[in-house]
Amino acid sequence: MTDIDAGALIKDPQAKADHSEGMGYLESLPRRIVTTYIPLALIVFVLLFPFYWMALTSVKPDEQLIDMNSFNPFWTTDPTFKHFYKLLFESSYPRWLWNTMLIATCATFISLFASVLAAYAIVRLRFKGAEAIGALIFLAYLVPPSILFIPLATVIYNYGLFDSPIALILVYPTFLIPFSTWLLMGYFKTIPYELEECALIDGASRTQILFKIVLPLAVPGMISAFIFSFTLCWNEFIYALTFLSSTANKTVPVAIVNEFVDGDIYRWGSLMAGALFGSLPLVILYSFFVEYYVSAMTGAVKE
Amino acid sequence: MADTAIEIGRMKAPPRKEPSAWSRLVSGRGWLSFWYMMPTAVILILFLGYPLILGVWLSFTDAKIGRPGAFIGLENFEWLWGDDVFWLSVFNTLLYTIVASTIKFAVGLYLALLLNKHLPFKAMFRAIVLVPFIVPTVLSAIAFWWLYDAQFSIISWTLEKLGLITANINFLGDPWNARWSTIFANIWRGVPFVAITLLAGLQTVSPALHEAATLDGATSWQRFRHITYPLLTPIIAVVMTFSVLFTFTDFQLIWALTRGGPVNATHLMATLSYQRAIIAGQLGEGSAIATAMIPFLLAAVGIAWYGLQTRKWQQGGSND
Repeated sequence: MTDIDAGALIKDPQAKADHSEGMGYLESLPRRIVTTYIPLALIVFVLLFPFYWMALTSVKPDEQLIDMNSFNPFWTTDPTFKHFYKLLFESSYPRWLWNTMLIATCATFISLFASVLAAYAIVRLRFKGAEAIGALIFLAYLVPPSILFIPLATVIYNYGLFDSPIALILVYPTFLIPFSTWLLMGYFKTIPYELEECALIDGASRTQILFKIVLPLAVPGMISAFIFSFTLCWNEFIYALTFLSSTANKTVPVAIVNEFVDGDIYRWGSLMAGALFGSLPLVILYSFFVEYYVSAMTGAVKE
Repeated sequence: MADTAIEIGRMKAPPRKEPSAWSRLVSGRGWLSFWYMMPTAVILILFLGYPLILGVWLSFTDAKIGRPGAFIGLENFEWLWGDDVFWLSVFNTLLYTIVASTIKFAVGLYLALLLNKHLPFKAMFRAIVLVPFIVPTVLSAIAFWWLYDAQFSIISWTLEKLGLITANINFLGDPWNARWSTIFANIWRGVPFVAITLLAGLQTVSPALHEAATLDGATSWQRFRHITYPLLTPIIAVVMTFSVLFTFTDFQLIWALTRGGPVNATHLMATLSYQRAIIAGQLGEGSAIATAMIPFLLAAVGIAWYGLQTRKWQQGGSND
């Protein structure tokens, strides 16, 4: 057995040339189909089916939704955009979309600004206690919104920000800043010191160095932090549910759960259309920046 | 003589080096760090540190919405101690966390190993797998709500057509069905995160190690057990801590699917505290439930700390 494997290793020219293939060539095709492709296909099917079902429901005419025997439930012959029309022109959906977009954008920009400064100070200015502060910021990321929303509600109320988008714009950075700071610290560490030293000798101030040398080099990190923060904002639910009360001010996730759910048996079409439409901006953003997403998620695991 | 030299040095230095109070304030390293840390510190102290302490304080008061409470000691906790619904929520939370996290880990690791193989369209697969993680939880929960519908569930329909069941499954109406259904939805949402982070870890494992082990006659299980797993342990520790943490404090999935029903069967500690604090207005009692979550979280953070010490894995994970 060992001899055969060794022979295969030496004979196969791919072994040296392409390490990404690993030892895949040791597996026969039928074996690969059973051990790799079928399980993979099953998992991908389960992961994607809810989206297919969401999309299909949102274009199905109402009568096909509740009659599963005279129509094939897995397909629809005459798709309708009635639900989308109802969503966009007969409800406050565009308003909710706008709220979500506004809150997510503002909160993300505030967080990025704060995190860039903080990450640079921790990594490069190395003031007394920088490491301790870095650890504290990491711990801050582990504090979940579920234990903060009650006291925050009283704080927000006392500041007079209740039912205002500003409340969310100020609160979302509490989970965005720790994440972005931590991510950017990793990127800043990879930028060579020598560049900064040169600039210092040429008389640049620290702020000039940060904005003219470090940031341009950390653009990939900034993009990762930006899109990931944006996604987290869009996904946020419990703060938005607690701090906003009037219908016009709600964000998409909260509005879908609270405003669309009535006793109507025909609600499913517009509900699914709303969920689909609310996910689209993120999915589009994601499809353009897959690599940045992955690097934001995995940080420097790859090293 | 030596003193004089130093004296001279000192006297010469000031005109060049003594910065004005203003320039010290804007460019001295200590002050500069202070200004750089300001925005972060202000936001985190005002909206994270202070509320955290306030939350613990509220749990010792009888505060209600619109009425600042008075200190009542441990009364909230004593009341919760005898409250069956609270204990049910603790049980649900532990069941939800343990079952969902274990399966997320197993399926996530399996999927990561599959994706780590040489595949056509590997990048595309990886991108597709992450989609459930990108879509806001509430919106995908709504899709699950429709999939779990008591009357028009496509799952019931398919199983009926296949002849496996005779009547529709009441996914969210029966206590145990509802628990398993919400756990499944949580797993569905969490697997991509676990898989993609572990995949990044797997890619750092050198294929040379596997080749060497194969030459020595190791089976694929032995290679996994003695090469992949040990090298992956620190990342597993961190990823699973995040996963456990966010599963334990989950709110939105349950709220969108069942709101804690039927008969409190799916209430997690987070949803129960929302119901008691915001809907019923008992801020003190709700805070006590939230505070009761803290010991569990500390245990999870302890494990994260251990994982971080094991290997300097310095960049944060993400939301689950």
